[in-house]
Amino acid sequence: MTQTLLEFRNIVKRFGGVTALDDFSMRMGQGEILGLIGPNGSGKTTSFNVLTGIYPATAGQVLFEGRDITNAAARAVYEAGIVRTFQRSRLCLPLSIYDNIMIGDTARLTGSLWSNLISRKRLQGQIDTSYRLARDLVGGFSGHLADRMDQPVGALPMIERRRIEICRALISGPRLLLLDEPSAGMTHDETHQLMDDILAVRARGEGLSIIIVEHEMGVIERITDRCIVLSYGRKIAEGTYAEVAADAEVQNAYLGAD
Amino acid sequence: MTDLPISSTAAAARPWAAGAAVIVTAGVYAWALLMAEETWQVTGLLVLAVAAVLAALKTGFARRLHQDWAASEPRLNRLAFAALIVLIFALSDAHFALLMVATTLLYFTAAMGLNIQFGFAGMANFAGAAFFGAGAYTAAVLGTVTAVPPLLTLAIGGAVALVLSLPLLLPILRTTGHYAAVVTIAFGVLFRTFLEVNEILGGPQGLMVAPMRLFGWDFNSAPVIGSYEMSFYVNYALLAAALAGLVFVLVRRLERSWIGLHMDAVRLDETAAACFGVPVARIKLTAFLLGNAILGVSGALYGMMISFIAPASFTFSDSLLLVSIVLLGGLGSLWGSAVAAAIVVLLPEKLQLLQEYRFLLFSILVMLVLLFRPDGILPRPLRTFFASRRAGK
Ligand SMILES: Nc1ncnc2c1ncn2[C@@H]1O[C@H](COP(=O)(O)OP(=O)(O)O)[C@@H](O)[C@H]1O
Ligand SMILES: [Mg+2]
Repeated sequence: MTQTLLEFRNIVKRFGGVTALDDFSMRMGQGEILGLIGPNGSGKTTSFNVLTGIYPATAGQVLFEGRDITNAAARAVYEAGIVRTFQRSRLCLPLSIYDNIMIGDTARLTGSLWSNLISRKRLQGQIDTSYRLARDLVGGFSGHLADRMDQPVGALPMIERRRIEICRALISGPRLLLLDEPSAGMTHDETHQLMDDILAVRARGEGLSIIIVEHEMGVIERITDRCIVLSYGRKIAEGTYAEVAADAEVQNAYLGAD
Repeated sequence: MTDLPISSTAAAARPWAAGAAVIVTAGVYAWALLMAEETWQVTGLLVLAVAAVLAALKTGFARRLHQDWAASEPRLNRLAFAALIVLIFALSDAHFALLMVATTLLYFTAAMGLNIQFGFAGMANFAGAAFFGAGAYTAAVLGTVTAVPPLLTLAIGGAVALVLSLPLLLPILRTTGHYAAVVTIAFGVLFRTFLEVNEILGGPQGLMVAPMRLFGWDFNSAPVIGSYEMSFYVNYALLAAALAGLVFVLVRRLERSWIGLHMDAVRLDETAAACFGVPVARIKLTAFLLGNAILGVSGALYGMMISFIAPASFTFSDSLLLVSIVLLGGLGSLWGSAVAAAIVVLLPEKLQLLQEYRFLLFSILVMLVLLFRPDGILPRPLRTFFASRRAGK
């Protein structure tokens, strides 16, 4: 494996009596695309939530580029270069495409009241730059969306919303992208398109690593380097897609869940 | 068929023409309504307004106006301000009408402060009248006890409101939604009780407030041009217009800045915002303090204008009145707040019959608006960061 980017050490997460993550350890390398799979309720989303500072871990450690980021605040996790999409799309529906994507670029924007309200030269420069950036990013996904940057996101179909969510995550030039069921609510063809887009982004971006949670096994097979399978919060298998698909315990977990 | 291209060229050349016509009409209408004394005149004018608004909505004129306004916004905003000044001079000796204009402007200003909280950052504040009152009491105390220049007193009124909101920050940042709302309600009640039992602040009887004074000019003396004497409320109406204009520019800039964007993000999805590095606590703090400071400044000028204040003017119902302006106008919509402030101030004064039913009227009005126009009378438009440089171009 290449240099370690992210490491979970014996992560436990309990919600009352429910153990959502049970002694979960894993490592991922720089530049890797890791698939995180498992039946519903197996702890995939929870591991994203623990990693991004939404929930504190009950026990265990998270290391990112060698730094301990266990229970870091969401903002600190973002500043470290980890961004995500959400299983149920969480865009700001009344805001424009542009606004939504800019929310992902907080690190670059000036926060002082003075330069936001009074002396707005610098703000204007930032707006021009970020607008170009957002437009290029969206244009890379779908040309016609880039012409609709000032339309509200709420009027767009699901696939476009997913794309915008991914653009919002990518605009800050992150190190690690977490995708939580990006194909949910989309047709087979749309999913296929979206995966092409994601691969294209990665081909362009320098050293972007991805963890993808996905139910569509075709997607996992096609884009991941390696997979980790969770069942009831425990890691039950790890390896290439072919390896984990052939694993007896994995087959059992999926059959048992269905 | 042939004149179609011509008229559309004309519209493209002067996209502000419709907006300008609406501003002039609104100015004349406001004058007529303010001067109307007979019940039938008032009723007629109100029916006319309702009919005109419905017609504008039905014919699509409202939507076009909305677009045109967005396209030539700086010019139309300046024109609206000019129309307001003309209106004030046109009313120059109508004492009571001017008082209503100035009151509307100060309520509008207060509502803009409240809009930063409710409309942008999504934070409930049901103690608006308390912060407004804090400004008014500051003006009363400073005006009688010290020689602080009254213009500075306005700023200090804002500062006092800001300082008073500090103890609320912790509970408000810790709690969300209903709990935060209850915290502000409790504060409002506490504030009023404090005023009532505090002898130094005049107890339930309240205090006199010294008038505004600018560069030696006493605002309580009538301006005279030649042999023509205007109402002294012209002074206050003009200063209130200047204050409203200043706050309007400031709040607009706030809306069209990263801070404003982050306020929207926090309102719409706090968790997602935090995942993209939005400093949620700092944004809420900014909204709360800035909003209350604006409430305090407008309250200070209000106190000077009405020259006598008492705890009974800053009750929970008055806070609700301010909130209802924000809701009626449309959350986050500045022009909406302007229209709603005018409705809330003028309707009960003009329809004396309804005086006793003020709150019933507002409740019904708010419910009707929320039912049929959930985004308010003039819904907040999408953000454009710089009016002169439209996004997408
Ligand atoms: N906020 C929460 N409160 C209580 N239980 C939760 C919460 N989030 C997740 N869980 C529980 O944790 C388990 C794992 O959920 P999740 O991580 O969402 O699964 P997956 O994403 O793999 O479908 C489930 O049993 C779920 O009910
Ligand atoms: Mg999930």
